Amino acid sequence: MLNVIWLLLLASGIVIAAINGNIEVVTEAALSAAQGAVKVCFDLIGVMALWLGIMKIAEQGGLIAALAKLVRPVMIRLFPSVPPKHPAMGAIILNISANVLGLGNAATPMGLKAMQELQLLNKGSEEASEAMCTFLALNTSCVTLIPATIIGVRLSFGSANPTEIVGPCIFATSTAMVIAMSLDWWFRKKSRWGVKG
Amino acid sequence: MLLSALTVISRWAIPLLLLLIPLYGFFKKVPVYEAFVAGAEEGFSTAVKIIPFLAGMMIAISVFRASGAMDYLALLLDPLTTKIGAPSEILPLAIMRPLSGSGVLGMATELMRIYGPESFIGRMASVMQGTTDTTFFVLTVYFGSVGIKKYRYAVITGLTADITGFLASLYICNLLFR
Repeated sequence: MLNVIWLLLLASGIVIAAINGNIEVVTEAALSAAQGAVKVCFDLIGVMALWLGIMKIAEQGGLIAALAKLVRPVMIRLFPSVPPKHPAMGAIILNISANVLGLGNAATPMGLKAMQELQLLNKGSEEASEAMCTFLALNTSCVTLIPATIIGVRLSFGSANPTEIVGPCIFATSTAMVIAMSLDWWFRKKSRWGVKG
Repeated sequence: MLLSALTVISRWAIPLLLLLIPLYGFFKKVPVYEAFVAGAEEGFSTAVKIIPFLAGMMIAISVFRASGAMDYLALLLDPLTTKIGAPSEILPLAIMRPLSGSGVLGMATELMRIYGPESFIGRMASVMQGTTDTTFFVLTVYFGSVGIKKYRYAVITGLTADITGFLASLYICNLLFR
């Protein structure tokens, strides 16, 4: 699936550029995107260090386990394949909370920590586990209570009511989340019925 | 009222976390500084591990957009989306939404500069910007960081969520702002 999408994006871009007679755009775009990727990751190093450091303190103090225990009733239904007391549960909750509060830069390190925990349960396989798919479905469709960036942009263009979009945003994301979680649930059931999990 | 409370929370959340977690750890007899450094050490390796996946994705997206292929796709889809109440101007933004977070922010900002934040297009762009996440960024970075190569049904689930988010934004904006 991803192989096809990736190839389509790249190939259609090159073909269209050739037809339009501006093929040099491709070279420029590809090179600067490659450099851009490295820059994004280097910017991420500091933020990652900060939050993974703080999370290690929380982990050693037993805070993440306590958090996992607190939300166990919901989490065991969403993630039936993860043991209820597993630290992955705590990391997932931290990531989702950060997303809901709109703390984007804290969400990524916490999410990656959750993925590492889930990968331990997945025994280092190269194939995504069910819990990972559920987690990412939840993560990408998760409601943000304060879309701070876009409120800021609206304010900068002199909007009289910059926050009027918050309600519609919550409506639209909630709808997306319900659909994503249902679809994920359906896929999970289907793959268990099928020959291969 | 609710909104101002939320704004206060978002301003205080990070400082409070940075205060309370180490304090809690200290009372639980965790060597807080050493624990922090041990955790922070993983930051470098994790961030570096993501580079190939992010580079691969960003190169394809960047070529797709810069070449004008994205505009052609928007042109192709336009008759369909006009029927369901989406202005043509908004379509490139909908296509970019799952692909690139910074790209979408730039496009939404540009639309608001041209049409104004209170216009239908401006409001629609704002709602779409605040709805769902950059699916491909999350998938490549999250899976890449732990060496997952087969994403199984995660791509379809994520994309369906994006399309649903777009349709729901469209519905609610037409209902409230038309």
